[in-house]
Amino acid sequence: MAITREDVLHVARLARLEIPEGEVDRMRDELGAILEAVGKVAELDLSDVEPTSHPLAVVNEWREDQPRPSLSPEDALANAPDPVEGAFRVPAVGS
Amino acid sequence: MIDTLRLTAEQAAGLLESGELSGDELAGTYVEAIGERDPELHAYLHVVGEPGNGVPIALKDNITTRGVPTTAGSRILEGYVPVFDSTVATRVKEAGLPLIGKTNLDEFAMGSSTENSAYGPSRNPWDPERVPGGSSGGTAAAVAGGLAPWGLGSDTGGSIKQPASLCGLVGLRPTYGTVSRYGIVAFASSLDQVGPITKTVRDCARLYATIAGRDACDSTTVELPEAVAVPDAEDLKGIRIGIPKELNEAEGIEPGVSAAVAKAIELAESLGAEVGECRLPRSVDYGLACYYLVAPAEASSNLARYDGVRYGFRAAGDGDLTALYSRTRWEGFGPEPRRRILIGTYALSAGYYDAFYGQAQKVRTVIAQEHAAAFEDYDLLLSPTSPTVAFKVGDKAENPLAMYLSDLLTIPSNMAGLPGLSIPCGLSEGLPVGLQILGPQFSENLMFRAGHALEQAIAFDFVPERLRA
Repeated sequence: MAITREDVLHVARLARLEIPEGEVDRMRDELGAILEAVGKVAELDLSDVEPTSHPLAVVNEWREDQPRPSLSPEDALANAPDPVEGAFRVPAVGS
Repeated sequence: MIDTLRLTAEQAAGLLESGELSGDELAGTYVEAIGERDPELHAYLHVVGEPGNGVPIALKDNITTRGVPTTAGSRILEGYVPVFDSTVATRVKEAGLPLIGKTNLDEFAMGSSTENSAYGPSRNPWDPERVPGGSSGGTAAAVAGGLAPWGLGSDTGGSIKQPASLCGLVGLRPTYGTVSRYGIVAFASSLDQVGPITKTVRDCARLYATIAGRDACDSTTVELPEAVAVPDAEDLKGIRIGIPKELNEAEGIEPGVSAAVAKAIELAESLGAEVGECRLPRSVDYGLACYYLVAPAEASSNLARYDGVRYGFRAAGDGDLTALYSRTRWEGFGPEPRRRILIGTYALSAGYYDAFYGQAQKVRTVIAQEHAAAFEDYDLLLSPTSPTVAFKVGDKAENPLAMYLSDLLTIPSNMAGLPGLSIPCGLSEGLPVGLQILGPQFSENLMFRAGHALEQAIAFDFVPERLRA
């Protein structure tokens, strides 16, 4: 499975990973080797097989909407890198 | 004087019940042992040494513990102190088991050696030049090194069974859905399960009984169909055991591993089991490829939460919000999570979804069907847990694909949602070999029974040779 520099940069953008320019080629080679190995799944003709997304045959569950205690604002902000006035501060969006 | 290397959790409970020892004395003994041997083994990331009246326990550091750092072995969670407990941490607390500490792991449980930990590798108590396996290698090193009587790990592709195997211990990957994932740092949600790493099968059953069962906070959990039975059977009469050819003859299985497993299979027969060969034709051939699409795909979604905004590491620098996310994530994640996020994102992206992720989900169906067919003829299946004994630190660290092969034999049944128990079955080149016992969903009691009977017959000494008094 040959993947290109552009593929790596595209996927890294989708995944919000700022890959440094100097690492792109190495990452392309590593990902290429892994994709070649996992691409083995294409050898099987499974057109009539249903996909499995979950190992147990459980269905969606419903419950009554009952108010319960939840995290306090203090707890919710306890691990924030930059809390301010009860909120998470971030840089401007799309500045 | 207590020999923590030899003391089982059951024996420790006996000492506490008879009053020979107080809980504080017992906990203190482990903290002392940690002071003595953990500088070499690096099993722990945080030592707590909680006092209490029960048998102390070590928890893998991807198990959320209120007020105690939980890093998942990642720089991106450095300094994170949870404000809530995972359900398993709550159950362990309710059972009165004080926390000794949080153990090392491959970053986000991605790895087979603990070398992917951002905080450096743990070492195998049998030979500190070698890895303890992974990703629950810290828990395994702690238990085998006498730094905890028992502990919990988590298993996605083999992360309990494989380190138990490499450290000469018992490890259970429970049936998917029997142990709550609430508060477990998520890696691949359709595969992650928490389970015990212990010195004996009886300890394993006791700890499994403590943590298993339905949890309202995890809607994928179920009630156990029957109560956990701590085993005491000495024979295997009436049990049909299948030997899957592909799991026992896969390329890369070391001769010494095959020899030890073959001896255990002979013992099973002499204990009264009915033994026959069976096949899992595509499960082993395609299992690894299937896993390394499904697990990274799920990981790429689960790890999207690390954004440098609400908790954990935030990178410095200028730019807008997207720049903050992207820089934080590249700097905060180590090489293996980066690779898996990129592979998973690729496998899920437009144009590749059907060929990669969709196809892997279908392979998963095939794997489940093949195992179900094997269990029509057999009650349990046996194989090696790991193709190799513990390898040297550094041997596979630079080659992700070579490292992935460590899970070749544990992955197929995991993909099928099946439980697996690893018990030590002998030595090869002076290092422990693990026997993998597989059963249908919810067959933990049968696996415990068989594991216990085999354990008695094998009479493996779980104290590492170089540490024996």
